[in-house]
Amino acid sequence: MSDHKDEKKTNRRDFLFTATAAAGAVGVGAAVWPLVDQMNPDASVKALASTEVDVSSMQPGQSLTVLWRGKPVFIKRRTNDEIKKARSVDINDLKHPEKDEDRAKNPEWLVMLGICTHLGCVPLTDKGDYDGWFCPCHGSHYDTSGRIRKGPAPTNMEIPKYEFVNTNTIKIG
Amino acid sequence: MSDHEYTPSSKFGKWFNDRLPLLTLANHLTDYPTPKNLNYWWTFGGILTFCLITQIVTGLVLAMHYIAHADMAFSSVEHIMRDVNYGWLLRYVHANGASMFFLAVYIHIFRSLFYGSYKSPREIIWILGIIIYLLMMAAAFMGYVLPWGQMSFWGATVITNLFSAIPLVGESITTWLWGGYSVDNPTLTRFFTLHYLIPFLILGLVVLHIWALHVPGNNNPVGIDIKKPSKDTVPFHPYIVIKDAFALLMFCIVFALFVFYQPNILGHADNYIEADPLVTPAHIVPEWYLLPFYAILRSVPDKLMGVVAMLSAILILAALPWLDTSKVRSAVFRPLFRQFYWILVADVLILGYVGAMPAEGLYLLIARVATAYYFAHFLIILPVLGWKEKTTPLPLSITEPVLGGSPNLAAARSDEKIENIIK
Repeated sequence: MSDHKDEKKTNRRDFLFTATAAAGAVGVGAAVWPLVDQMNPDASVKALASTEVDVSSMQPGQSLTVLWRGKPVFIKRRTNDEIKKARSVDINDLKHPEKDEDRAKNPEWLVMLGICTHLGCVPLTDKGDYDGWFCPCHGSHYDTSGRIRKGPAPTNMEIPKYEFVNTNTIKIG
Repeated sequence: MSDHEYTPSSKFGKWFNDRLPLLTLANHLTDYPTPKNLNYWWTFGGILTFCLITQIVTGLVLAMHYIAHADMAFSSVEHIMRDVNYGWLLRYVHANGASMFFLAVYIHIFRSLFYGSYKSPREIIWILGIIIYLLMMAAAFMGYVLPWGQMSFWGATVITNLFSAIPLVGESITTWLWGGYSVDNPTLTRFFTLHYLIPFLILGLVVLHIWALHVPGNNNPVGIDIKKPSKDTVPFHPYIVIKDAFALLMFCIVFALFVFYQPNILGHADNYIEADPLVTPAHIVPEWYLLPFYAILRSVPDKLMGVVAMLSAILILAALPWLDTSKVRSAVFRPLFRQFYWILVADVLILGYVGAMPAEGLYLLIARVATAYYFAHFLIILPVLGWKEKTTPLPLSITEPVLGGSPNLAAARSDEKIENIIK
């Protein structure tokens, strides 16, 4: 440039460059987003959001595994002994402190996602050092409330949204 | 590129070459000067090219019969095994081909580690190689998911769940990868698409890898630069071509032993059970070639840090050219490095072994020690060795040790003097 003073000033050309680049970036973003978002759960997957389960035939101590959104859900009718064990734990001893009262509103029924919070395997029922669940993949031990007690899993097994439609039916989701 | 100008002999050849210099490229590849002391560890580049082509060709024909749908994938694979003409052969070649590919790539990588092929001026070749290796692991993992057996399904579940360790966005990323709330049909179809795409990405990177190799030329067992191309090198064709061909033949014998006599020995029986989202197999193990990294993942008691450690174990290799501070390339002249090299080899084999064992008790302890050593090798031992190690004298040229080592040292030197006088 012949005139040095002009270089530092913002001129019309700078404005045009910036405006073009900004409009271009928005355009590219808008074009890329559908390509990214198509991988998210589609309408048909989302439509299968809730499952109803008949639990009338379950005896204390029995457990049931049902499929909800492609994931296993454990429904356990706990014995008095198991409830006592879950409720007598000192909350400060837990890696992920949660009261059993908050996890099982109705103490007899524990409904939770049967997925180990470590890397997603399905734990085995009535196994492990705490008589709850044991994950065979990487050795996480859960208690009778599905809380992590030992092993690599970071959190307790998740409690899904559920409700008793009537005394015999649980609606998950 | 070679410095001499190439002119095709035929008139048509010249006309064509002036417009698209393919013949110049072909001439470069045949005449490409190669150090004359290359040993058989240098034949694995060619073997790997063969492996890639084998996987692409067998994969292409398998895709003509395979159905990427959660309800049909498992039976379509059985259909390939039982009904399709030579389907059993094509699938066994493809499945064992993946293992052979990794066997070759591990030898290729450890060759580079021993002879310092990653050092200046070959850092880009090395990093391209690491990217190819990462893509190979992605392709192999997704390919293993396609038969939709129990190991496929649960392997996919465990590996995709690694992403859930990312703070804040982890869960959304996993859902996005799955296209649902668990591994299911949308996951299978996208894995199939990517499994089909990745080999071609690898092919493109292989071209860059070879291109970057042809700029400085091959490293060699003594790890010193070529001094006089006329004396230290031989043309790629026919010398290296015939040596590579012989090594490939030997390699194919091993390949055939697996395909025809033990086609399932490297797989898992559980994968002949159709995927069941309600039952996790008692013992989930990845394929043998991922075991060392799996052992590192499991040796860390924290989920996020486990994933970080596993990824770092691979990515640390990309930084190797700068972590190894020694100017001497070949381990032949590095007595201390040589010992640590073999300890590293043993360490990785141990990690592979404990990766296949349950993560408890003594196995877990061994895995932790081996993981710590793995990182110490790259982060402590290599940088310090470069400063402390007393290396043995390097030969004057590639030709010198070929001529019989020390007795001919004088001859080689006087030879050099004469050349200098002539100049």
